[in-house]
Formats: sequence, C-alpha cells, structure tokens
Amino acid sequence: MHVVSVRGVTKIFEEGSNHIVALNGVDLDVDAGEMVLLMGPSGSGKTTLLSVMGCILRATSGSVELQGREVGNLPERELPKVRLDNIGFVFQGFNLFPTLSAGENIELALDLKGIRGAAAEARASDLLAKVGLEERYASFPANLSGGQKQRVAIARALAGEPALILADEPTAALDWRSGENVMEMMRAVAHTYGRAVVVVSHDSRVLPFADRVVQLEDGRLVENAAQEAPQRTGKKSAGGWNLQPSGAGD
Amino acid sequence: MPPLARRNLFHDKVRAAVTLTGVVFAVVLMVVQLGLFVGFTVTTSGIIDHSGADLWVVSHNTPYIEQGTPMPEQKYYNALVTPGVERADKYIVRWGEWLTPRGSQESVQIVGFNPNTGFGGPWNVVAGRVEDLKTPDAVMIDELYKEKLGVTRIGEVVEITGRRAKVVGFTRGIRAFTTTPYVFTSFKNALDFTREREDQTIFLLVKAKPGADLEQVRRDLKARLGDVDVLTAAEFSSMTRHYWMFTTGAGMGILISALLGLVVGVVVVAQTIYATTMDHIREFGTLKAMGAPNRYIYRVIFTQAGISAVLGYLIAMGVSIFVVRGSQQGGASIVVPYSLDAAIFVLTLAMCMTAALVSINKVTSLDPAMVFKQ
Repeated sequence: MHVVSVRGVTKIFEEGSNHIVALNGVDLDVDAGEMVLLMGPSGSGKTTLLSVMGCILRATSGSVELQGREVGNLPERELPKVRLDNIGFVFQGFNLFPTLSAGENIELALDLKGIRGAAAEARASDLLAKVGLEERYASFPANLSGGQKQRVAIARALAGEPALILADEPTAALDWRSGENVMEMMRAVAHTYGRAVVVVSHDSRVLPFADRVVQLEDGRLVENAAQEAPQRTGKKSAGGWNLQPSGAGD
Repeated sequence: MPPLARRNLFHDKVRAAVTLTGVVFAVVLMVVQLGLFVGFTVTTSGIIDHSGADLWVVSHNTPYIEQGTPMPEQKYYNALVTPGVERADKYIVRWGEWLTPRGSQESVQIVGFNPNTGFGGPWNVVAGRVEDLKTPDAVMIDELYKEKLGVTRIGEVVEITGRRAKVVGFTRGIRAFTTTPYVFTSFKNALDFTREREDQTIFLLVKAKPGADLEQVRRDLKARLGDVDVLTAAEFSSMTRHYWMFTTGAGMGILISALLGLVVGVVVVAQTIYATTMDHIREFGTLKAMGAPNRYIYRVIFTQAGISAVLGYLIAMGVSIFVVRGSQQGGASIVVPYSLDAAIFVLTLAMCMTAALVSINKVTSLDPAMVFKQ
C-alpha cells in the first residue's frame, strides 16, 4: 500500500471567465521510506500538487488516497483531522510561531494531537535532539539561524508521527550549506524513520538527495524525463535513483 | 497548550502597549461619558433621592421638583393625622437671587426643610452642623460653589432676595445640574427668601410608620388631601430625571454624547482586537494547515480578546479613578456606581469578544494554502 497515491488528478482554478489548469491528469505514488523530489519550472503545478496531496486543496477531479483511504472526496470539515493524523508540513518560510520558543513550537504540534504537559516537553526535547538542537529548546525563532529554524520545522513536522512529510522549497530561504543539512535531514526522515517524503524544489543541487525525481510541466508529469543523478553516500540503495515520472513505467 | 494567546499579545511589548492603549482609551471614554450621563441623572434628582421621605405630596400634575406649586398649609395638618403617617414635613424648593459680598448677583435654588427632622436636608456636611440651620437667616451651601457665590468661610453674611443670610456650613458633592447652586435653609427661612406665603407649602415629605403598608398610606393621603399627587420618592425621582433627560435638550445632549462614547469605544476596541488577530493571520493559517480544528483557533483568539478585555479594563479603571476624582474638584459630575463598573466590564468583555468574532470570521475563511505563499 502506498502512503499517498494520486490518480488522474486535475486541478482547475477559475478566475472570472478564465480557467487555469494547474494539474492535468497527474498520477503519482509515494511509498514509506521514500523521498520524492517534485521539480519543475515556476507555475508548473508543483505546489498545487503538494497542496492536493496535503489535503489543503481539493482536486477538481481524480482520486487522492492516503494510506489506502480515499480522501479526495471527504467533506471540508474532515480534512483538518486527516492532515493532523497523516501529514507533516515543512514550509519554505519555516512558518514557526515567532512568539513561541523552539520547544514550544513543537509542543504546540503535540498539543494538537492531545499530548500535553511533561510528556509533550519530553517529546519536544527528544525531537529537538534528533535535529541537533537540544540546546535551543528555549530559543525563540528570531534568535535562530535559517537552517536552525528549518530543523525546528522538521522536528515539528515529525511531532505527530505522520506517515507523510510534505516540504515546499525547504532550502529556498537558506544558504547552500544549511540547505544541504536540511536535505540530509529530510532524507533521514524518509530512510531512518520510514516516512514518505515529498519535497518540492526548483534547485537542482538537491537532486542527489532524492530517491526519485518527478518532473512537472504545465500541470503534467513529464514523460521520459529521467536523468542520471549523482550518487550520494548513504542514499537509499534499493532501486537507485529513479527519475522516471510516476506511472511512466507502468 | 503552549501559551500562544498570551505570547501573541505580549511578545512584542510595543504592540502589546498599542493594543492595551486602544482598549484602555475606549473603556475610559465609556466610563467618562456614561459616568457623565449617570452624574446628570443622579444630580437632577439628588434632593429627592437623599430626602429620606417615603412619600412626596405634590400639587396635582407637578412634572418635576423645580416645578412645584404652592398648596395650602391645611394639607400638612391633614397629612399628619392620616393613618400610617409617622411624620410629615413642609418642604420648599424655589428659585432665589443671591447677592454676593462683591455685589454680583447669582441665581440659586432655595431648599427649605425642617432642621429638626433633617428630611430633605443637606448631606455630606463637611463644615458646620445641620442643627445650625435652625438659627434665623442661616444657610448652608456646597463648597464647590464658594467662589461662584463669593463665600470663603463660615460666618460670612450675604443677601438672598433682599434678605440677610448667614453661611453656617458647607456640604461636599451636592452639585446642581444647572448653573444654580442649592442653598439649604430652614423651611421658615426659605419662606422669607422666596417670598412665599406662610400658610402655604410647596411639598410635603411624609415618613410612614414602620411596618405600614405604603400603598395604603398613599391611598389614604390621596383620599384625605384631595387635589394632590402622592408619589413615592422613587416615582418622583424618576419623573424629575425623565423631565430633564427627555424634555430638555441638555439631557438628550448628554445621552447622545454617552451613546457616541459607547459607539467610539466599541469601534476602537473592535479595531484593536481585529488588528491583533490580523497581525498573526499567517500563524493561524499555519495552524489550519497543521490540522488544528477551528475550535482550537477560536480558543486562541477568544483568549487573546479576553486577556485584552480584562487587562484593559483594570488599567482603565485605574485611570478613571483619577478622572472621576478630578471631575469632583471641577464643574463636571461624573458618577460611576459599582453597577456601572460592572456594566462596563461586561460591555468591554462583550466588545472584545464581538471583535474577536469578526476576526474569527476572517480566520475561518482563511485558505490554508496561503502557507505555501511567500
């Protein structure tokens, strides 16, 4: 069973009399322990696809399955619970709560899951330790570097133990050294913690971190877009780099 | 739950100061405007409310206290022998002319009462004694009007409507809502100062016997005295307030001003609370994207509003104490009874919560996809 499975997804935005087709019949499966990189030029539909997979946007047509459950046709009021139970988000702008410390940002995510008090504090400390920030529990986001903020955001995304982590341009606001660290961490999230990770990026330097690269253009997955990605030490060995669009080899 | 609401409010000290200033300004504005309104209404009927009488006998169709017309003294005697009546006093409230020692003339309201019983007499006496008013020509005024009436101390002699008067004491806080100060004196002196006939009175103040059925006493008085109205103190007070409030422009002006204060207060608070929520709109979007149910976000916003309301109210009450005390030294009468304090607290809370509701509407309609936009 795939963690997330998208079939024939189309998303059309209506602006007045204009119909903008953001996604056009996209098929994509992502499995546990796999890190998929979504690439493509601006306006190609990367973030829209991420939003549809994240149950933030509803597809105009097609099917979205999360851990075998069809979520594309769920009523709006049920989607927050689906997100809370299954998905962790990492944003380009970090989206940490500036008035809460690093630890409290993670505690907030735990609070949403009903974990509070000493248990939440211990879990937040543990997560911060996992991203190498155990000393920064009480630091506010304003006092953290960009890379540190993104690591806190990754820890927060993991707080609810979601099966799927969706990251939108997680390195875009970082210098390359910090970005590299973040990507290493994202890969560890997939490989060590067995999460399905989907990263949207337009930065080709992140290619070597992915198990699979999916190219989007004009809302469609590009056929025959495979290219050789440089090997990285410690990358998932099974299957090697797979730059084929999902379904291309079906 | 991490203290998101509290931190949202106080993490940025300058923003917190701006938010609280908005609420404090609105609350002080409401306190002052509503306090002026209450002060006006209380002042118009202060003499009645402090009279200590159970019933007021007034000439038929007397609309308010300043408009009393004379009635024969015989009614006083008839009242005294009415069953259930413990005591009745003749009482007068009439305009007079006060000639200051400097020679200038001021209009005053002569209040003539029985110094032996004290019904309808001065209260809050801070210099002299009510008993001193038994002496011929003796008068008592409020210390607020010393300068206006050209008086600096007890013992000074002035002239009222061409007759000698001697100041024997001062009260504090007995304010006239018009520009004419009250001058307390004995009923007998008042007849002289107002040139009323000795065999007449303007009002009768009646005290019922303990345990007497007031309604029955009222019916008996009406039956015995004939062409008069017998009103409870509360009724006459209400009639007087109503007259000044709704028949004259002055009352309506203050009422409109109070309502405007209320509206401005509501708008300022609403705007302040709304702005506080909007400052954190992106974070609420993030919460939604993370899967927070709406009620979780509502709780944060309502907590923010509640903290703003309580803190703003407490600070505003501190400021208002100075404003009210200042007004007591000056010409304005701002009266803030505990009931008004409580009402303004409820109002502040309601305003903050309503403003929170408006911003909640904005947050509810928030597209969680905004979190992917830079």
